[in-house]
Amino acid sequence: MHELSIIHSIIETVEATVAEQDAVVEVERVLLQIGDLAGVEVENLEFLWPAAVQGTVLQQAECAVERVEARAVCLDCNGNFALKNYFDACPVCGSFWKEVKTGEELKIKSIELCVQPADAVATATN
Amino acid sequence: MCATCGCSGDGHKLTTFVPTGKPRNIGALQVDAGVMVQAAAGPPTIHAPEPSKTLIEVERDVLDKNNRLAERNRGYFEARNIAAFNLVSSPGSGKTSILERTLLERGTQTKFYVIEGDQQSARDAERIAAGGTPVVQVNTGKGCHLEANMVHEALRQLDPAPGSVVFIENVGNLVCPSMFDLGERNRVVVISITEGEDKPLKYPDMFRSSQLCLINKMDLLPYLKFDLDALKAFARQVNPELEFIELSATTGQGMENWYTWLNNQKTQPHPN
Repeated sequence: MHELSIIHSIIETVEATVAEQDAVVEVERVLLQIGDLAGVEVENLEFLWPAAVQGTVLQQAECAVERVEARAVCLDCNGNFALKNYFDACPVCGSFWKEVKTGEELKIKSIELCVQPADAVATATN
Repeated sequence: MCATCGCSGDGHKLTTFVPTGKPRNIGALQVDAGVMVQAAAGPPTIHAPEPSKTLIEVERDVLDKNNRLAERNRGYFEARNIAAFNLVSSPGSGKTSILERTLLERGTQTKFYVIEGDQQSARDAERIAAGGTPVVQVNTGKGCHLEANMVHEALRQLDPAPGSVVFIENVGNLVCPSMFDLGERNRVVVISITEGEDKPLKYPDMFRSSQLCLINKMDLLPYLKFDLDALKAFARQVNPELEFIELSATTGQGMENWYTWLNNQKTQPHPN
């Protein structure tokens, strides 16, 4: 269940980003990019998300996950092919020597914030 | 293509979920997917947040913090000319037994230090300490793997001498530890022949990210239906560069090859 650690890392990064804002902000959406070979089960992430973000800056935020298909270049025949598993062979020459080009991504792409300038909030509360 | 986030729709699937635990159902998913398909066909589209909204492009690895701490550990090891090895396997493959024998047979020639990772208890650390090797036990609690910050803390306590070898025995788990760089020089995956030979196919990430595979409990080979060649073939499908050493921590067979490998790593410059 390393997905829990993953979510904690996401919370840390988002909290740091929010702290940099000179305003009162609410996080509305986080966009993640997860490759098919990243070793993360999106279903697990989804299952753990609600409990893990309780009481954090992400409590109300929506999480969107953009999946990236895995592709590799065969180191023997230079063919470019899609793969589902690390143990997939090159469909042309059968070699297992390959360089994975995409599909290992595990990134926070972007965060959408709803921003309310600090002075506006101060005025409203006065 | 979306001009804001660069998403292209090609080969990308978008899943959305919210903290209520209820998935944003198929409706929301289709809306998102629809936007992406349109974007791929037409001119660049910008995700247009409302005036009070801001889109921050973070573009950062989720494990960025761990990776940076791991690099810090790596720098520490390199500065002190320490060779650090991260031992990973499923529970019961014999990681601690291999370490015990290694420390016993090579402890007079090389200064060793051990970081033990387990969810609970100090049993492994006690076994290592019994032989006189400095050891720090890290209990991860509910955690299923060691992270770079835990190793960093353990190193502060251990204060390993220059020129020494640090073994990091990870939590017994063939899944989660594969994602977390600890700053080690090499990752060593241990498999015992009482396990299935298809483990590399079932847990490819761990075999993919390791440089050496120790095949333990070789003394039991006559009593088991274990296809050694199949194990190696499966592992090479996942990682053609993986090296293998067959050994038995119980009888000591093959341990010399492991020591030779360790020595070779120690004398080579740190990989970039």
